[in-house]
Amino acid sequence: MVSLLLILLMSLFFTGFIIRTKSILSGRKGPGIFQPMRDIFRLWKKGSVYSTTTSFIFQIAPSAYFASVLMAVLMVPHGRNPGFISFDGDFIMFAYILAFGKFLMIVSALDTGSSFEGMGASREALFSMLVEPAFFILLGSFALFTGQTSFHDIFSTLHYGSQVSYLLGALASFVLVLIAMIENSRMPLDDPKTHLELTMIHEVMILDNSGFDLGTILYTTNLKFAMYGAIISNFFIGVLPYEISIPMFFIIQLGFAIAVGVIESFMARFRMGHNPQFVFILTSVSLLIFFGVLLVLGKFA
Amino acid sequence: MTTTKYINISNNQAIASTDIPEHNYDLFASGNLELMSGNPARHCVNYFGYRVADKIKLICCIADDDLHQILVSSSLVDSSMELASFTAQNHNFEKFEREIHENFGIGYIDHPWLKPLRYACNRTDKDQRIENYPFYEVDSEELHEVGVGPIHAGIIEPGHFRFICNGEQIMHLEIQLGYQHRGVEQLFLQKEKLLERTTLAENIVGDTVVGHTTAFVNLWESLCGYTPDYSLHYARTLALELERLANHTGDLSGVCADIAYQLGNSVYGRLRTPIVNFFQEWGGNRLAKGLIRAGKINFPFTNEHAKRLVEVFEAYEPDFNEITRKLFNLPSALSRMEKTGVVSYEEVLEIGTVGMAARMSGLNRDIRSSHPNNLYGNIDHKPIIKHHGDVYSRVQIRKTEIKQSIGYIKGLLQEVPEFKKPEDFVLTPQKEKFAISLVEGWRGEICHCAITDEAGNLKIYKIKDPSFHNWMALSQSVRNNDISDFPICNKSFSLSYCGHDL
Repeated sequence: MVSLLLILLMSLFFTGFIIRTKSILSGRKGPGIFQPMRDIFRLWKKGSVYSTTTSFIFQIAPSAYFASVLMAVLMVPHGRNPGFISFDGDFIMFAYILAFGKFLMIVSALDTGSSFEGMGASREALFSMLVEPAFFILLGSFALFTGQTSFHDIFSTLHYGSQVSYLLGALASFVLVLIAMIENSRMPLDDPKTHLELTMIHEVMILDNSGFDLGTILYTTNLKFAMYGAIISNFFIGVLPYEISIPMFFIIQLGFAIAVGVIESFMARFRMGHNPQFVFILTSVSLLIFFGVLLVLGKFA
Repeated sequence: MTTTKYINISNNQAIASTDIPEHNYDLFASGNLELMSGNPARHCVNYFGYRVADKIKLICCIADDDLHQILVSSSLVDSSMELASFTAQNHNFEKFEREIHENFGIGYIDHPWLKPLRYACNRTDKDQRIENYPFYEVDSEELHEVGVGPIHAGIIEPGHFRFICNGEQIMHLEIQLGYQHRGVEQLFLQKEKLLERTTLAENIVGDTVVGHTTAFVNLWESLCGYTPDYSLHYARTLALELERLANHTGDLSGVCADIAYQLGNSVYGRLRTPIVNFFQEWGGNRLAKGLIRAGKINFPFTNEHAKRLVEVFEAYEPDFNEITRKLFNLPSALSRMEKTGVVSYEEVLEIGTVGMAARMSGLNRDIRSSHPNNLYGNIDHKPIIKHHGDVYSRVQIRKTEIKQSIGYIKGLLQEVPEFKKPEDFVLTPQKEKFAISLVEGWRGEICHCAITDEAGNLKIYKIKDPSFHNWMALSQSVRNNDISDFPICNKSFSLSYCGHDL
């Protein structure tokens, strides 16, 4: 419950923070923190336009995408407070409920029959596929480390162990930050600011969406960002009381947003062909965490 | 082949139009092709036709960069004739022959790519419309086509790009232009006042105002037999270099935007502004419209202007050097630019590219040193040549030319000449003259040609913008590249749509 409220609150101004960071770093004043949300409200007031070549899939996909992310948010705990849905093995459901939403977006992009959107869909599918092993090796390692298999139990038992857990937490947040960047189609893989359809990944998939649907998709992206930030914060919050854990949650989220803004300001996007190599780095870091856990647990003879 | 088959003229020289030797088509073709074959110092600067009674007169101008001369010859052909094309042997002529075919209906038996060029309103075959352009097609289950445009995603100018791709890899790109055709060459004949024509020249290409206007006024003055004084040459040379500086800086910003390097994008974008604002201070227009005029200048360049310009550079240079150091040492940026969009020396020579699109691959094409106009004869200009022909080479050329231009401008500022008070006098073109004017604009060589009739009226006015040939180099550069690298290739060439479409 706590976690849901915090994530919803954070989702209102997460993208605003990223944009503000980028503006300040390029010497501009930039729009207000709530501007992205205002744009989304404006879109929500509009009707949608549907191409005649699309079918019902194109119309249900944005709502289904939003629902899938919202359901995933319901599973995220906050410290000692479990999410709405919590059971053994819930992180597997978490990953695949997100994948379900993404699958519908990919199918809806193909539904438009546009050559651009097909291209974007193929890129999105490729990178999501490559990210999957990193996510599972990461959470699998933590499951092994704590002997628990649900988000809430993993995070709440994490810090009863040794100091090594903080090191593992740091590595895990590195992986999760990058997974979040990939899942949300940010730099250095994708450039959300570009106007060039040929270089886009996520943006090109939603070229045909308009009005309410577009607003929903954009809001879902914000929600996803806040959700990943919440997971990252969980690696550090542990079972601290709310007076400490809630401010820490916001500090970690803000740090995450600023880090995204800084990365996007001071480097160029990768060449599309180099992206898979980059995504594989995540898997190798996850493997590093896995071996770290094996060492700590003394599983090596 | 002896030189008597051609008339040798220098840049901005007017000759009697009757002095141009006329041959039968076979001799005309073999002569010009022989001039070009195996000699990279020679290239075709203009090849065009015009109606003489019911026949078509073809005029071919080949520039020889070593001799600093332009070799002009002509031929009279029937529009119903089926000719052997030049293009079959040398692709320099590909676009020119397409234009001649489109406008006069001359058939070519062995032209490999005889497609519509820019859909002129008075074209012979009205069935060729922009909607039914014959695109190159591939019938395959694996390959797919991606059509981009004609509406540009950043809403600049219209043009249609058709990619044939194998997954992410581009196999072929065909560029269809002509959406911007305004009939500029015809308007030059219809508008009779000099001011109207000058304004027209200013609006041929919006980002090369100084380049095209200088080409026009140089041409006009030579047609009228008027010799401009030093101060006019001074102002034109200064304005040309400032325009180069402003556009190169803007392009560097654009390249940074396309690789999503935000810092470079905003800093280069900010650096361009004081340069174009200086044009505003000098001539009252940020794009230098109204600055260049035949026989006079309405905005004299004073010592105060010189002082202001030095101040502008004092602010410009440290920031430019700092951001350039950053960009050229940033691994993620270098990895996007290096070995992307490569065009080889053989390809650019075959296409006949000009300006940066030639110098990037080791082909020395620079009017400032080969056919110097205005004050370039006094400046010992050394063209910047790179050899890899990739995006990185094109970006490096811009970086180095910016530094070179600042050097030239500072040299010019050492001694500001006295400017005369502008006076209005009538410049009348001489009768039956032919003149050619070459100017190195920031993009590359600009060529204007004009012929006057017995009464001293303009009979034909031909314009060739550097983009005319360079678009083909862009098509070549993206082959075997990722389709996501197309935008950066495109930006690194930075070609003009309206300059091609006229």
